[in-house]
Amino acid sequence: MPTAHLRVWRGEDDGDYYEYDVEYGEGMVVLDVVHLLQAHQAPDFAVRWNCKAGKCGSCSAEVNGQPRLMCMTRMNTFIPGETITIAPLKTYPLIRDLVTDVSYNYEIAQTIPELKPRPREADGTHRMGQVDIDRGQEFRKCIECFLCMDVCHVIRDHEENKREFAGPRFFISLANVAMHPLDTNPQSALLDPAFGLSYCNITKCCTEVCPEGIHITDNGIIPMKERSIDRWDPLRKIFGGSR
Amino acid sequence: MAQAAGTTRRVRNMEAIQRRYGQTHRQDNWQQEPLLIILGLGAFAVYTTISALLGDYWPFEAGIDPATGHATYLSPYFEPLFRFEGLPKWFSPAIWILWAPLSFRTTCYYYRRSYYRAFFRSPPGCAVAEPAQTYTGETNFPLVLQNLHRYAMYVAIVFPIFLFYGAFKSFWFGGHIGGEFGIGVGSIILTINAVLLTLYTIGCHSFRHFVAGGLNQFTASPFRMVRRRLWEIFTIANENHRRWAWISMIFVGVADLYVHLVAGGIITDLNTWSQF
Repeated sequence: MPTAHLRVWRGEDDGDYYEYDVEYGEGMVVLDVVHLLQAHQAPDFAVRWNCKAGKCGSCSAEVNGQPRLMCMTRMNTFIPGETITIAPLKTYPLIRDLVTDVSYNYEIAQTIPELKPRPREADGTHRMGQVDIDRGQEFRKCIECFLCMDVCHVIRDHEENKREFAGPRFFISLANVAMHPLDTNPQSALLDPAFGLSYCNITKCCTEVCPEGIHITDNGIIPMKERSIDRWDPLRKIFGGSR
Repeated sequence: MAQAAGTTRRVRNMEAIQRRYGQTHRQDNWQQEPLLIILGLGAFAVYTTISALLGDYWPFEAGIDPATGHATYLSPYFEPLFRFEGLPKWFSPAIWILWAPLSFRTTCYYYRRSYYRAFFRSPPGCAVAEPAQTYTGETNFPLVLQNLHRYAMYVAIVFPIFLFYGAFKSFWFGGHIGGEFGIGVGSIILTINAVLLTLYTIGCHSFRHFVAGGLNQFTASPFRMVRRRLWEIFTIANENHRRWAWISMIFVGVADLYVHLVAGGIITDLNTWSQF
């Protein structure tokens, strides 16, 4: 059986990396190996996980420096004998080992404007064209793994910006509301400066790490930047503006 | 089932709590992409500056019809050609032209991604610590001016028309439409150049938004459905915006160089005309 050479963060902020050798089986993913480590060598090792299917977004970590879901990172993608470094998400306060406090995200989520649908039609329904609602389907694929928030340098390298900047996951939330065919909430279109959209310099790291393949930048952030600019563009009035 | 094998070793490493420029656990070659961007954009910027500012000191028209004095091939850096009496020779006609496509590319969302990473190191790579101690993004002057991309797009969107017109003229000796028809390597190069620059331009994020990206209810009218269909088509170009950005940028430089070399007699253009 092959042996994984792991280098894993242990402890809290004053912790260290520890090295472990763990034998693992064919077809395993990084989360399996972490579970083996937990079962046989480090029973107090803290790791958050749930579905093991890439859909709950719980097992986010930084594997060899790349923000990833551990359950979707296969061991056969590493070079045999390579040391695999597993670190907690760096953007969030560390609780212990691989577990971080992501409650910051839930605080932002509470500030996101809600959908305010236009009045019902005469027969009491809300009719939407399928092509109208299709656009937002991509945004609703988000599993809230918060890898995009972790990799975003605006808050990863600059803690102070957390006060001003909603972050990629929540720009997608905002786009989901602002582009909804029923939405009439004037707040959903006001991204700047309220949600700090201009802090984003569209370097697309969020898109690169998204396990759901959401085009966060191209289909979410940039269109929302463009909507923010619309109010300064007289030509938009000719073409009816947004919505 | 697999089980743990032996060794456990504590390693002192404070990297996780001491952030410093370039700090990362990434083991892939993340430095390669910014390096290539620096080389690519840098070479283009230097070449374009030299070529454009030399103006009449480095001939940019080839296949000149002695009867009319008009050229068959005109470098795309000078298309459309504006000449005004009384201006000194050192004032290059490219100055009237290049500010538009260059401001379009400078504020382009793709190029911003590239040069923010490569030149500004903001960040140098994903999950790689950046050097700046503070960061305000595009909230303040001068980077807030990136929002002028919309207006740069409004100007740049007409340039493919000029380039196609120039390419069309290059199939007629001396650029005289209806005169002596022919085809040369230069005609093909100028046509491909126009196609590539068009693909880059219609893939622009601002253009995509302008067409229908701001709409929430496509089905509200037949006109909106037409706009949605166009939006879908331009989205295909948008998904390949990076590709067309690089290919069109390199090719326009190649096209410019080709016309210069033919005009200077350094190389001979293969063509069906007997006169050049």
